[in-house]
Amino acid sequence: MHVLSLLSRPFTAAPKQAAPPVKAVANYLLVCVIVIAVFWLSLGMAGIALNFDFVEQYRTRIADGFLLTVELSAASLVISMLVGVPVAAGQGSRVLPVRYLCDLYVKLVRGTPLLVQIYLFYYIIGTAWGIDNKVVAGIVILSVFAGAYIAEIVRGSLLSIDEGQMEAARAVGFTRAQTVRHVVLPQLVARTLPALTGQFATIVKDSSLLSVIAVIELTQTVREITATNYNFFGGFLLLGGLYLCLTLPIMFVSKRFEKRFGYAH
Amino acid sequence: MRIRIEGLTKEFDGVPVLRGIDFDDDVTTLAVIGPSGGGKSTLLRIVGGLIAPTGGTVEVDGEAVAFDERALPAYRAQLGFVFQSSGLFHHLSALENVALPLRVVHGAPEDEARERAADLLSRFGLAAEGGKRPVQLSGGQQQRVAIARAVAARPKMLLLDEPTSALDPEYTNDVLDLIRDLKDSGTRFIVVTHEMGFARHACDKAAFLHDGTLLEYGTSAQLFDRPATPELQRFLSKLLEWSI
Repeated sequence: MHVLSLLSRPFTAAPKQAAPPVKAVANYLLVCVIVIAVFWLSLGMAGIALNFDFVEQYRTRIADGFLLTVELSAASLVISMLVGVPVAAGQGSRVLPVRYLCDLYVKLVRGTPLLVQIYLFYYIIGTAWGIDNKVVAGIVILSVFAGAYIAEIVRGSLLSIDEGQMEAARAVGFTRAQTVRHVVLPQLVARTLPALTGQFATIVKDSSLLSVIAVIELTQTVREITATNYNFFGGFLLLGGLYLCLTLPIMFVSKRFEKRFGYAH
Repeated sequence: MRIRIEGLTKEFDGVPVLRGIDFDDDVTTLAVIGPSGGGKSTLLRIVGGLIAPTGGTVEVDGEAVAFDERALPAYRAQLGFVFQSSGLFHHLSALENVALPLRVVHGAPEDEARERAADLLSRFGLAAEGGKRPVQLSGGQQQRVAIARAVAARPKMLLLDEPTSALDPEYTNDVLDLIRDLKDSGTRFIVVTHEMGFARHACDKAAFLHDGTLLEYGTSAQLFDRPATPELQRFLSKLLEWSI
């Protein structure tokens, strides 16, 4: 059956339906081949010869940079959740200054480029409060930035928990604390986990901007290397590849969560 | 269970829904009937402590219900609720839906709670569905799980809010049979329903709520055979118009 459809209509599947595995793999490979071919052709037309010899020479520095990017991202993910979840709750607070503070924070952070926030924070707030460790400053900035997006994700999920669930919780005799613990939190996790995982991929990429305050993470490492050997194409191609090594698995996990918690919708 | 209600009123955003309900009787099985928007569900929710009235008092077995968020969970825990559309927790299996309140609210040990839940589910013909989530169950099955959850902690009384209104007709009887069986084994309940056959034959008493007032109250036979007010006469004759 699959083989038949592969032979008769090799490139199509019904809308919104997963393609049979053989077909999916064959078509995915085809797309990859086309993308690589176009890229290769472009390189040739631009007269660029790729050279990755520098990798061997700088492998410790690249590995260190890669590791620092992972550490920055992981720490920022944890802290941004510690920021984002209370802010999401605060946006629904009965105390108006709290509600408006949370609202203002989300608006300011989401409304300005990360680059601007990095400069402002590092050179003004960092200097004023004596945060001169660049890695710490970087983690704080990334966490504050991602926290606003996480607050939006969590707030959306909170709003989507339907009133019937809350009434059922009251009806079985749950106190407010028990309702949060046994109904709100589990449903919140189910609804937010796919989006939060996706946000993690964004944090990984955004950490590259910390290179502007000379945090020696992956991007800054490659920038320094290419500044001495002038191999920009090899360097930045490698850089893109290394980020994909981090983000593709994260996106895969996010997709799995989406399927696993599908009951919530 | 003796229920005494005095001067009960409820407004939603200034719109009166209940306009002064007085009631005093020992309730065994009671059907609350009446046209939609008459305040039936609101009355049931106030008696169950789910929402607070605007004015008036509710007394159960001689004790006034304190409409205060700290006191209410304990009051609600003595009752069992079933809503129109199941109200089961989406993220839990059928079995966990029944077992969780037993554990968390009533302090039953984990294995005891699960045993009781499994027991009830199989009694209600759901032995094979325990591991399924609500979305995987039919409407009738969901409603039977909801009833299992409501009776699990042996409540003083069940409060059922149109338990069959969202069901296909074929499932309606399953659920109504189940409630009648519970009645036969001594369970007390108040049911808001549009199933007049059930109200008449399975409930001892009936109350007719119309436009926020309790127009008639008495034995079911009395209300259905000799409706006193023109409102109830009109309501019943409308319902009979298309019956076989």
